[in-house]
Amino acid sequence: MSTAAPLLELEGITKRFGDLVANDSLSMSVGRGEVVAMLGENGAGKSTLMKIIYGLVRPDAGVIRMEGRTLNIRSPRDAMAAGIGMVTQEFSLVETMTVRENVALSGVGLGRIDARQHRARVEQAMERIGVDLQPERLVSTLSIGERQRVEIVKALFHDCRVLILDEPTAVLTPQDVRALFVTIERLRTSGLGVLFVSHKLREVAEISHRVVVLRRGTLVGERVTQEVGDAELAALMMGSTTASTTTTTDTDTAAAAVGLSVPATNRDASSPASPDPGARVPALSLTDVTYEVRGHPVLDGVSLQVMPGEIVGVAGISGNGQTELTGVLAGTLAASRGRVEVAGQDITRSGVGARLQAGLGRLTEDRRGSVIPQLSVEQNLVLEDLPAFTRRGVLDGAAIRRHAEELIERFDIRATPTDVIANLSGGNMQKVLLARTLARRPRALVAAQPTRGLDVGAYRYVHGRLEDLKARDGGVLVISEDLDELRSLCDRIVVLFRGRITAEVAPAEATSDRLGRMMAGEVSA
Amino acid sequence: MMRLVLRGSEPRWVAPVAVLVAVLATVVLTAIPIRIAGANPPAAFERYLVQPLSSPQGIYEVLLSATPLLFTGIAVAIAFRAGYWNIGAEGQFLMGAVLTTWLALTLPDLPAVAALPFGLVAGAVGGAGWALLPAWLKRHGRIDEVVTTLLLNPVALLVVQGLLNGPWRNTASGFTDSDRFGTGYDLPEIVPGTRVHWGFAVALLIIALTWFVLSRTAVGLHVRATGAAPDAAAFSGVPVDRLRFRAALVSGGIAGLGGASQVMGVQHQLTQGISNNYGYTGIIVATLGGLTALGVVLVAGLLGDITVGAESVSLVLQVPTQLGDMFGALLMLTVLSALSWRRYRVQWRPPRRAAEDSEREEVGHR
Amino acid sequence: MSINLLAALAAMLTVATPLVWAGIGELIVEKTGVLNLGIEGTMYAGAFTGFLVALRTGSPWWGLLAAILTGVVAGLAMAVLSVTLGLNQHVSGLGLTLLLIAGCEFTFRMLYAGGRPKLDDKFDAWLSDVPVLEQHWLTYVAFLVLAPGTWWVLRSTGLGYRIHAVGENFEAAEVAGISVNATRYAALAVGGAFMAIGGAFLTLAVLGSFTLNIINGRGWVCIALVIFAKWRVWPVVLGALIFAVTDALQLQLAITTAFSDVPREVMLALPYVAVITALAVWGRKVHYPGSYLKAYRRA
Repeated sequence: MSTAAPLLELEGITKRFGDLVANDSLSMSVGRGEVVAMLGENGAGKSTLMKIIYGLVRPDAGVIRMEGRTLNIRSPRDAMAAGIGMVTQEFSLVETMTVRENVALSGVGLGRIDARQHRARVEQAMERIGVDLQPERLVSTLSIGERQRVEIVKALFHDCRVLILDEPTAVLTPQDVRALFVTIERLRTSGLGVLFVSHKLREVAEISHRVVVLRRGTLVGERVTQEVGDAELAALMMGSTTASTTTTTDTDTAAAAVGLSVPATNRDASSPASPDPGARVPALSLTDVTYEVRGHPVLDGVSLQVMPGEIVGVAGISGNGQTELTGVLAGTLAASRGRVEVAGQDITRSGVGARLQAGLGRLTEDRRGSVIPQLSVEQNLVLEDLPAFTRRGVLDGAAIRRHAEELIERFDIRATPTDVIANLSGGNMQKVLLARTLARRPRALVAAQPTRGLDVGAYRYVHGRLEDLKARDGGVLVISEDLDELRSLCDRIVVLFRGRITAEVAPAEATSDRLGRMMAGEVSA
Repeated sequence: MMRLVLRGSEPRWVAPVAVLVAVLATVVLTAIPIRIAGANPPAAFERYLVQPLSSPQGIYEVLLSATPLLFTGIAVAIAFRAGYWNIGAEGQFLMGAVLTTWLALTLPDLPAVAALPFGLVAGAVGGAGWALLPAWLKRHGRIDEVVTTLLLNPVALLVVQGLLNGPWRNTASGFTDSDRFGTGYDLPEIVPGTRVHWGFAVALLIIALTWFVLSRTAVGLHVRATGAAPDAAAFSGVPVDRLRFRAALVSGGIAGLGGASQVMGVQHQLTQGISNNYGYTGIIVATLGGLTALGVVLVAGLLGDITVGAESVSLVLQVPTQLGDMFGALLMLTVLSALSWRRYRVQWRPPRRAAEDSEREEVGHR
Repeated sequence: MSINLLAALAAMLTVATPLVWAGIGELIVEKTGVLNLGIEGTMYAGAFTGFLVALRTGSPWWGLLAAILTGVVAGLAMAVLSVTLGLNQHVSGLGLTLLLIAGCEFTFRMLYAGGRPKLDDKFDAWLSDVPVLEQHWLTYVAFLVLAPGTWWVLRSTGLGYRIHAVGENFEAAEVAGISVNATRYAALAVGGAFMAIGGAFLTLAVLGSFTLNIINGRGWVCIALVIFAKWRVWPVVLGALIFAVTDALQLQLAITTAFSDVPREVMLALPYVAVITALAVWGRKVHYPGSYLKAYRRA
């Protein structure tokens, strides 16, 4: 029995957080010399499962076995002792320590450490997996790829037999990804089991032997990689309901419901919403926008125009400047160089208030970072527009309530005006943010990952609202990692690679494969 | 076996029950030293809490004792509300007293109509001035204000001591107290024949104003947003750094006003003990009061009550007055502890599973 | 003059001793990312219980033991509040300081309402005939054992690695199998003991009696020293010596020279002013421990 047993085996793992079921009776296994990929969207429950395996979260039910032996993993120490190694998504390195000290950290005792002897062992371990790093370098001086290698060395340092890599490629350059895959292959042939967690189909197809698919905390499928197509995996990941077509009626009614009438106080009466068609001033215009961190350009001369009535998509692997682009536009980061205009008005150096005044709307990927969790729905709805709700220096409670009730009705928010916003679901919170932004009738909207983590209904709803804005001659810039979203929503797609716009493509010509190659840096794909 | 698990949602009764448990725990814990001091705890608590309120004279004394705590409590509450951890109310209180004293010693013969407003303004300026450096460093250098505000407290005390040992030494007695102020600087009594002075009314006015601003104005909503989620507030266009800076100065100014009220209303001269830890106790008042205006009034009243009671207990039952201070500090710690536990509920598990889990309760759950 | 200078040097070492003990105690705690503002109260409680037990038993050794236990208990109380319950570190630390000082004053007044008791037997100085080296054994331990020992432990032992990791990045520490909370508990207990020893040094070795303002802000000086030292051991010791030299020198100089015009208070304010100035000058370059002031909660 024990020889036939797989290396790592999970059975019936269940974990609830309050009312949310993060993992629902999950069972799977990883064998010797096998690379198993775990696929799932953000929020599918992958991270929770990883934390359970590594003892960072305790499951409510379920068993973890190693070579047929039941483990009682109460902490990472237990996991390591059982032969489980993990490279987490956000690296677990102490920046003010050296490579060697970081490697020493797991499994360090209390007593004296012989630095010289230890250095030799670390060098040996690095050599074994083909990593070349100076042990006495401070981690804070290493690149992202180098840091990941340190993590792998760290995991392997203690007789690890199963290596778990949680979204390892999310932050890597293509070269680093190649190097990582070579390392994985090397580990696999030496008999390790590897669990590779990802939401990228292409990588999974390339590296794994088997794929398990997770959706909303449940294991929805298990396939041998060679026998399964991308389409099937995508369908499993997204859920079959995504495939069904949107009924026209519900968008229409929703569009009518939105109505787009706004309290008079919010309107800037002097500026008409529809511009002179002859002038064609771009709704949003970026000229040579550069954002530097310590002299290093993260955004490098980005120039881009969004015309009124146009939706432009920005595609790219995360970490290529998307977050910074959103920040520079939203006003949370200051551009080092360049010029940003909304409907012809320069807002490059403007504060948030002036940006909103110029007609900029903002939806960022960090929803919880865009609301004040302790305040109520109505307070959050008016937070960006308080002067309009102030009479003789005092907030007009009745007007605020009316405004909130109107938006709640129009945007179908499932909450009352006085609910504390922290208690809302992700979809409802996004509706609140959407309502807050669209109530001002923006000329240009920046929407970063507008549907990430939303259920199908909310997903469609958000797209409907963005299309409405376009129909009213608003310009929309969608920054997304969801290629389907970009293809279905956008009039043009540009690709952001290492902080530059490297390509532009019409959605009809943007096949996954072609976009994928562009996102990996091929200019003329 | 039992273990703690995170609550899905919190029933309404939990918070009041938690506070009640904390109060009971504090009473039990302070009963021990009372017992050791040879007094009967129920009788002592009766004297601490009830007796001061049983006569008009006692109530006036309670209001007098509560006055400096109203100032420092609301000062700390304002800063904490804005997410600025002003630990320096003690020093700001002292510097308020110093600047008022400077004015009173420089212009001793000022008539009341000028001396009273100028004296109070001097106190506010002194407190705000002492709060300026940490606030400025926080705004322009991102330097943590906890340490800078804290470390300026002993410096302020040294300033007071230096002045009293040197230039401001009492010319008549030679003691380390300043000369008595001109009578123009005496804050008049609210009720003639009692010691409750207009400083108390000023404190209440400021607290009412604070309540109004925080709950009814745009600035108040901005301050609350800044304290609750500074990044999100900045995203929504709230000028977080500027608001915090101003909240820090307002906080310091109010604490300084408390110092002015104390020298002008009670001591009529600067003394080394002018701040009986009022700034530090203000942190207790603000925290226990939930950083709300009404909470500050209630807690300052309670601590004022206990302070007056402690005097009488010390005279009659020979229990040292410090028990009152112990009560305040202990109450804050137990209430905070109880409130942090309320996010969990006790769950009973079958013994077999429980034995495996007993080693690590999920206390760490958020 | 030279005799004055030697006396000043000797006084300097004595004045610096409690700051070295408590400063290193605070350093260890802050290295794990906890700011223990209970330090002032812990030193006070150490001074008081040390004195009380020494007075009752007649032996300063029992007093020292009592002080150490008090420090451990105070540290653990801080740990329960700030680590287990995750309360605001500065609020819980200040609350603890206020509680401890009030509690000790209460007990002192209750027991010795009017009197000023003195210890019959306090720690004597070693090498009592040698200038400068005539010091208490706790001074020797502070400079020759505690400081180098802490430095070595932090630098080259597994324990030191753990403390560093917990203080800089507690998620990383947890992933590496290090218990964040256990490390902080241990640091608070040990640090509390050192703070209490620093306080007890004043009653058991220097004064032989207890006064109500015995600590008089020395805890806050230590907070300042630790930041001034950028969380390194030897600069803490150096900072304590610099503070002590100004204090000791001005006692000497006040008698003779031009310095007599400088008020004592200005000298006493120096460490605070120095730290705030240093913070202003270093500005953003000050690297606080990564998990400073943060409570760790497992998911």
